[in-house]
Amino acid sequence: MTLADMQFLTPDLRLATAEIFILLMACLILMFDLLVKDRKRTATFLATQLTLVGAAVITFATSSGEISYTFSNMYVGDLMGDLLKLLLYLTVIVVLFYSRGYILEREQMARGEYYALALFATLGMMVMISANNLVTIYIGLELLSLSLYAMVAMNRDSIPATEAAMKYFVLGALASGLLLYGMSMIYGATGTLEITAIAERLYTGQVDRGILVFGLVFLVSGLAFKLGVVPFHMWIPDVYHGAPTAVTLFIATAPKLAAFAMVIRLLVNGLIVLAQDWQTMLILLSVLSMAIGNLAAIAQTNLKRMLAYSAISHMGFMLLGMVTGVIGGDARFALNAYSSSMFYVITYVLTSAGTFGMILLLAHAGFEADEIDDFKGLNKRSPWFAGMMMMMMFSMAGVPFFVGFFAKFSVLQAVVAAGYLWLAIVAVFFSLIGCFYYLRVVKIMYFDQPLNNAPIVAPMDVKLLMSANGLAVALLGIFPQALMSVCAFALLRSL
Amino acid sequence: MSGTPLLSLAIWVPILAGFVVLATGSDRNAPLARMLSLIGAVAGLLVTIPLYTGFDMHTPAMQFVELKTWIPRFNVNYHLGVDGISMLFVILNSFITVTVVLAGWQVIDHKVAQYNAGFLIMSGLLNGIFSSLDGLLFYVFFEASLIPLYLIIGVWGGPRRVYAAFKFFLFTLFGSLLFLLALLYLFIASGGSFSILDWHQLPIGMTAQTWLFLAFLVAFAVKVPMWPVHTWLPDAHVEAPTGGSIVLAAIALKLGAYGFLRFSLPIAPDASHALAGLVLGLSLIAIIYIGFVALAQEDMKKLVAYSSIAHMGFVTLGFFLFSALGVEGALVQMISHGFVSGAMFFAIGVMYDRAHSRQIADYGGVVNTMPKFAAFFMLFAMANAGLPATSGFVGEFMVILAAVDHNFWVAFAAASTMIVGAAYTLWMYKRVVFGAVANHHVAELTDINAREFLIFVLFAAGALGMGLYPQPFTEVMHSSVNELLRHVALSKIQ
Repeated sequence: MTLADMQFLTPDLRLATAEIFILLMACLILMFDLLVKDRKRTATFLATQLTLVGAAVITFATSSGEISYTFSNMYVGDLMGDLLKLLLYLTVIVVLFYSRGYILEREQMARGEYYALALFATLGMMVMISANNLVTIYIGLELLSLSLYAMVAMNRDSIPATEAAMKYFVLGALASGLLLYGMSMIYGATGTLEITAIAERLYTGQVDRGILVFGLVFLVSGLAFKLGVVPFHMWIPDVYHGAPTAVTLFIATAPKLAAFAMVIRLLVNGLIVLAQDWQTMLILLSVLSMAIGNLAAIAQTNLKRMLAYSAISHMGFMLLGMVTGVIGGDARFALNAYSSSMFYVITYVLTSAGTFGMILLLAHAGFEADEIDDFKGLNKRSPWFAGMMMMMMFSMAGVPFFVGFFAKFSVLQAVVAAGYLWLAIVAVFFSLIGCFYYLRVVKIMYFDQPLNNAPIVAPMDVKLLMSANGLAVALLGIFPQALMSVCAFALLRSL
Repeated sequence: MSGTPLLSLAIWVPILAGFVVLATGSDRNAPLARMLSLIGAVAGLLVTIPLYTGFDMHTPAMQFVELKTWIPRFNVNYHLGVDGISMLFVILNSFITVTVVLAGWQVIDHKVAQYNAGFLIMSGLLNGIFSSLDGLLFYVFFEASLIPLYLIIGVWGGPRRVYAAFKFFLFTLFGSLLFLLALLYLFIASGGSFSILDWHQLPIGMTAQTWLFLAFLVAFAVKVPMWPVHTWLPDAHVEAPTGGSIVLAAIALKLGAYGFLRFSLPIAPDASHALAGLVLGLSLIAIIYIGFVALAQEDMKKLVAYSSIAHMGFVTLGFFLFSALGVEGALVQMISHGFVSGAMFFAIGVMYDRAHSRQIADYGGVVNTMPKFAAFFMLFAMANAGLPATSGFVGEFMVILAAVDHNFWVAFAAASTMIVGAAYTLWMYKRVVFGAVANHHVAELTDINAREFLIFVLFAAGALGMGLYPQPFTEVMHSSVNELLRHVALSKIQ
């Protein structure tokens, strides 16, 4: 494409209204915050939350249910994207509610920039979700990553946090490099950066397969980095552990949704023809993640670190759904498989938000509550929240009637339907091992005596939200149908 | 009466009662929590009575069926129903819950609401297992029932409770995860159905049947438990509070055996026949070897735990003889064991509450200080040993008769161990109850109070009633057992 061919048409901005809105509001909030005198930044906080609610309204209103492109096909709006974005806003809203108390008690973090960065990160994720161009994905990813690096480092007097930010930045930059390199190879092989166009060129053949697969390896490596699956998982435990818990909560939830969208956009929308190749790679990543994640989690004494390894194993499990979409060139199972992965990610984000939220609930000034032993005897201190945490733990372990069971169940049925019985057995085996460390948290809360009997102090809104989060884990476990079919429907209309 | 969703009531009344009890909160409201639990447990029992009175014993079909869609995405239905095999267990379970609530009345003095709520919720979940006709629904109840028992052992258990609770949970989970894969395989093979009744009709090749059978075997063998995956049971029993032991022995062990009848035999009949020798062998090892292990125990609870394993060996033995007598004998044995082992664990609990020891060596001459208790304990010890006129005799005798038809030496091996059974039970009884008063702890024992008397009477009514007049129990089983055996005799290989 030469410059003369380019057409500078006015793009259809309607599809991206929500993104534009968030961008404008993030900039406004950044400036508006300078005028806020209140040390608690209540106005900034409320403005941020209202922005997210507004974005949700816009996304809901502009959702057409059709697949439509804009910005010269660099941007796609579809039902999957809209659904993921709505969940994204919800997650960020919940995350900000949970974090508020925590950041207020830490002077370095109690600034308006925290909220602006959260909005920029959200914007980055929205761009990733709606990208139909390799460069768009990359821009979204970088916007997200840079915001997160800054958020991790925000508590700048804390040595672990600074160290975590440094590690995150160096390794994240490396991963971005890998991803970009893979993208350049694919561009070299297909001659286009547009994801749908890549898919078309692959269908029609005439593509140098060698370069393509070479590029694919880098692409998958970059993705694996962002998802945090073995062997590209090194940053996860350190960053989860070192970052302020409020930021860990953010990293552990919302970006998983965006990473899932990125996998769908790159591998399914773009490179479905190469499914056999990337599925093989993902199987390896998945099995390794379940093995290392679950085994390493057993050895942890720090809850955030344990949950980091648990996140690795969960992402590995989620990938199982992605490897069973296309079997021997037959894509009959694709919808079933990918929608089970989507359901898995969504329920994981829900449960993960609850668990990290619980750490934030117990934390107060000068006390992080992030050691597993800090949960000792929680049942004596607060039976209600111990019950909530227990439900999260059993959900993560995949025990019914909690939603985690149905997430595992739907992925496993996709795996068995695709004929990968051995893979299902491996997954089940590592889930059993994983069960041990979740049970240990329940043990700590219920069987042990509390270290102190201080009642749990938290604002009423956080307590209510936490309860709603816990009950959602149980209720979605009893009635999983609605969310399952929403996922399946969204994917059906988008693929 | 047909319009009333009896089975749903049997499941959800106790669960709801459990949450109500939970809402009473701290131990300041303990008397209220106890009273509400008792009301909940009795209500739970009352709603199961019409299952028996309204039961049509002439049809093998499922009765009191309820069918509602639950997860249409995977064709999972809320499908309940009982036949002559499962109906009695729903009632037994609801009955045991009442005794458990009573058994913990004075003994449990901390976190009373949570304790009772745990049992009530578990009771509902167990009823759900026995009445599920949908594979996934069964699995969900099966696995969910681990949570309350894990907490009960871990919170109110003995010194090694953490170890026991983990071992219990992980062992059972290991088995049930393979079971889940088998369910998923059947779901795919049947073209997208989770109905157990559909699976009964599904033709399956021999290789697949064998794998399915083995997956079921692992799941249910852990739960029964069969040798060599039985090791979690003595630990769980020893550490669990009395109520936990009663439910574990009386109901939880029956789940595995019930699973054989509902899944293994009808879904994989050819593999069941082919691998019957394996199960018979494991059952005989359980009966003989575990019988001798029980003889060597010094802890009373451990002794009864091992005797439970041996008794459950009779159950699995009876199933895999493929005769009506054997299966019915095994079912009778299961129900009888519910009464007898429940009562044995309660009796040990009664002594433990007073003297805080379960060691046989710490007792002696209990009859001098607790005569009423000694009389009841005698009755249940005899029933445990299989004395005629007690329920323990009926089941074992029927199984042994069926075994004679099958193979004399199997019958011989099984029957000869009734002597071992008598030996370990009665020897324990002799050492604990008879003789001179052994020490000042025994001298200070007080006899059972009205509450404990009532519980013993309830158990005794079951054990003696079934021993003297087993017909009301067996007559409801006939059609279902015959239908099951007719079905198992047909090959599913096409």
